[in-house]
Amino acid sequence: MTFVLTKNCEVQNMPQLEVARKHGAYASLEKLFARQPKDIIEEVKTSGLRGRGGAGFPTGMKWSFVPQNTGKPIYLVVNADESEPGTFKDRFLLERDPHLLIEGIIAASYAIGSHTAYVYFRGEFYRQWELFEKACAEARAAGLIGKNILGKGYDLEIYAHRGAGAYICGEETALLSSLEGGRGYPRIKPPFPAIEGLFACPTIVNNVETICAVPYIVREGGAGYRKFGTEKSSGTKLFSVCGHVKKPGVYEVPLGTPFKSFFKDYCGGTNGRPLKAVIVGGSSVPVLTAEQVMTMTLDYEAAQIAGTLLGSGGMIIVDDSVCAVEALADLARFYAHESCGQCTPCREGTGWSKKILDRLEAGRGEDSDISLLLQLADNMGGKTICTFADALAMPIRSWIKCFRTEFEDHLRLKTCPMKIGTLNSIRSS
Amino acid sequence: MTKLITLTIDGHPVEVPEGTTIFNAAKQLALEIPHFCYHPKLSIAGNCRLCQVEVEGARGPVISCRETVREGMVVRVNSEKAKQVRKDVLEFILINHPLDCPICDQSGECKLQDQYFNHSVQPSRMHLPKVHKPKAKPIGPQVMLDDERCVMCTRCIRFCDEIAGEHQLIMRERGDHSTIDVFPGKQLDHPYSLCTVDICPVGALTSSDFRFKKRVWFLNSTPSICTGCATGCNIWMDHHDRIVYRYRPRDNEAVNQCWLCDPGRMTYKAINAATRALFPMKLVGGAYQRLEWNDALSQVKEVLKSYKAADVVGVLSAQASNEENTAVKRFLEKTFPGLQLFWTGREAMPEFADKILRDADRNPNTHGVQALTTKRLDAQVKAKVLIVLGELTAQDLRLLMSIKPEVTIALADQLPHPEWAHYLLPRATHAEQDGTYVNRKGMEQQAKMAFPPKGESLSAVAIASKLMEIF
Ligand SMILES: Cc1cc2nc3c(=O)[nH]c(=O)nc-3n(C[C@H](O)[C@H](O)[C@H](O)COP(=O)(O)O)c2cc1C
Ligand code: SF4
Ligand code: SF4
Ligand code: SF4
Ligand code: FES
Repeated sequence: MTFVLTKNCEVQNMPQLEVARKHGAYASLEKLFARQPKDIIEEVKTSGLRGRGGAGFPTGMKWSFVPQNTGKPIYLVVNADESEPGTFKDRFLLERDPHLLIEGIIAASYAIGSHTAYVYFRGEFYRQWELFEKACAEARAAGLIGKNILGKGYDLEIYAHRGAGAYICGEETALLSSLEGGRGYPRIKPPFPAIEGLFACPTIVNNVETICAVPYIVREGGAGYRKFGTEKSSGTKLFSVCGHVKKPGVYEVPLGTPFKSFFKDYCGGTNGRPLKAVIVGGSSVPVLTAEQVMTMTLDYEAAQIAGTLLGSGGMIIVDDSVCAVEALADLARFYAHESCGQCTPCREGTGWSKKILDRLEAGRGEDSDISLLLQLADNMGGKTICTFADALAMPIRSWIKCFRTEFEDHLRLKTCPMKIGTLNSIRSS
Repeated sequence: MTKLITLTIDGHPVEVPEGTTIFNAAKQLALEIPHFCYHPKLSIAGNCRLCQVEVEGARGPVISCRETVREGMVVRVNSEKAKQVRKDVLEFILINHPLDCPICDQSGECKLQDQYFNHSVQPSRMHLPKVHKPKAKPIGPQVMLDDERCVMCTRCIRFCDEIAGEHQLIMRERGDHSTIDVFPGKQLDHPYSLCTVDICPVGALTSSDFRFKKRVWFLNSTPSICTGCATGCNIWMDHHDRIVYRYRPRDNEAVNQCWLCDPGRMTYKAINAATRALFPMKLVGGAYQRLEWNDALSQVKEVLKSYKAADVVGVLSAQASNEENTAVKRFLEKTFPGLQLFWTGREAMPEFADKILRDADRNPNTHGVQALTTKRLDAQVKAKVLIVLGELTAQDLRLLMSIKPEVTIALADQLPHPEWAHYLLPRATHAEQDGTYVNRKGMEQQAKMAFPPKGESLSAVAIASKLMEIF
């Protein structure tokens, strides 16, 4: 299999420029500078590449929104905030092949007419940031970053910035606020960053994985990229797999791969217990039951039909030892903790949901709790500045929908049924 | 010319310029959409979500404070759906609210109380422990924070950043633990800090000065003018039982918009002060003795009888209204034709001036008094008799000591200090009479009488006419 993203991720010392170059890093630049920026955008459009940060917005189309005549600088901002529970695929690329990201940044910046790129690292990515800074220094010394790159007359500076550890700073406009030195509050859209982003200038925000796919597209053409994946979900995608799985890790597969074979062939199945549920695209997306997920293929359209989203590709495997109420309470705890607190429904709704779920799990629930939770999900979802509130509303709706009897059992038994049975069932397994 | 857009709101067609928000379009129909975070003078935050309305064809409710109108748009503010959205937002706002309205100083003028009463009135479904946050925390010399009551609208933060130009307030923490705060070791201490109290829709920010002095429903509000400087900010003078409790800004786009400065607000204290001159008095052996009005007037007449116009100097005041200055001037010129007339007032204070409201001239009526006499009291003045309207500054007093007049008569609202006036005729303050003041822009503005003069004080107009009668 020809890999787009992870081809060199197992190469020893790949973050060193010399090693990277031996393995073809920066080979796309000759082709890049031989073409006009707008042709590169066309090529990316042809490739069908969609954003890998979660929303899946077509990348080439996003790039084409950048106005080229405002007289203001244009910025590229790479989103390396990766904080969604279950998601660690960008980390993999950052650790294994930072030069691929730099190469992608050069290509993307060139295409959109930017001469300044920022990479926003999640606060906890200290090692990854250090590695990236080192790679940048080497690339700069080799004339790959800075003035007149490779003598082609194109200038680009890259700055790495570390966040302070807030999930919300992965939301692109919160990221921009944070990058500007402000509080990580998402901004009302429109205006979209492509029109008015960083320092009120046209800005493209892309995920690490998205940018890392660009060198391949430059090298092999949009059509080359389309060799992978399906008609509407082209290319390959990283899935970071964690939870009750035999071989957790990061896997690159062509979009459209059936979940069933992916799970069996790549991940080795569960740890032995029956599969209960899968969150396929990071903690924010609706959960699927084992039956639902087994018939699904891993692409944007199939995910939608199955009632979920491909999201970031952070896959959480849940076996039958997990209590649905506890799992949802755990998710709610995360969202209550990470809500930026701007919008009333999100600020209050996430915290309230968490408290209700905690009491439900502890067996102290009230009869109306399930319907109350569903109402809160409706009262939060789609009524806020960013989609963070939906990121809890969707799990609430889906966990209750898929595992309603478990919620009802907690109310009826006034305790967690799993808790009564847990010790026995673990011993017996 | 901007294009006009026609839309309907709750079935009523309305035509507004392109770019108008739904919120402002509704205003044209005299429809006030409930809101917390929106403020006409501040940037749009869009965070409270209370102003959401239904727009036909939209994916969900939209915030009317931000969404601009489109041709043919169909907006529903009072549909069942829109009403429910407001209820839901209010429910969220109240789940962690301490519900301590009985001991909240904002009670009675709280937007949350009003909105709940008008748009919700549903019992709480939240039976879980609430989030606790700082209460009664002073965040500056003038402002007290009760963070549990905060609705996180960020109006106060935006005011400091955008109007006062001082980045002093911040939001700390996240989610339902978000809390308004100042920077470590810093305070909310810019000269407009009390405006945050005005615009805080709830009892989260209250005035340390006004707190717990009076329940607001006992207060009467009289339209008046701040006499703190030449800007002449328009105020509501809030009072009860002849005591002034506070000044609040009264909207006037041409003068103060909707703001006031902190020092200006505090000038109300002079009206209630224990040092008010409330009775006619005479200086006897270094101390004032109370007189009956009739005695005071006849004694003044008696004392003045022996002086010619050339011996008498009259001093008008930039602190007093046009009416007072004119009446005193008329009396003096009739009684002592050809006397010398000067004016005085507080000394200019350049450091008081700023680009927001405050003027270096701390007199409310400099333009007005200058129309009556252009001569400022100065060292050239020679007088045996001095008749002074209003207060004298320290500099004026030094001058007075040096010319040593034989008789001094003050029409003042404060007891002269040191005791320089031989006769004191107690003058009512601007709270106790109607008056016109001409501000720095030359605008004539009215201060209305809030209550009758305290004690036996009288407006200078009345004093002048009494003198006129007996002379
Ligand atoms: C709450 C929230 C958190 C997000 N976190 C991330 C993140 O950690 N990394 C990321 O790339 N995108 C994240 N996104 C998506 C970004 O807003 C944005 O859509 C993305 O970075 C665009 O890049 P793409 O088009 O390449 O996917 C998040 C969105 C939301 C609403
Ligand atoms: S939805 Fe939540 S996270 Fe997003 S801006 Fe509003 S409060 Fe912040
Ligand atoms: S203190 Fe008042 S003005 Fe400031 S955010 Fe809270 S509610 Fe709004
Ligand atoms: S600016 Fe002048 S008039 Fe206005 S409140 Fe302050 S002191 Fe009073
Ligand atoms: S007033 Fe519109 S969101 Fe607050």
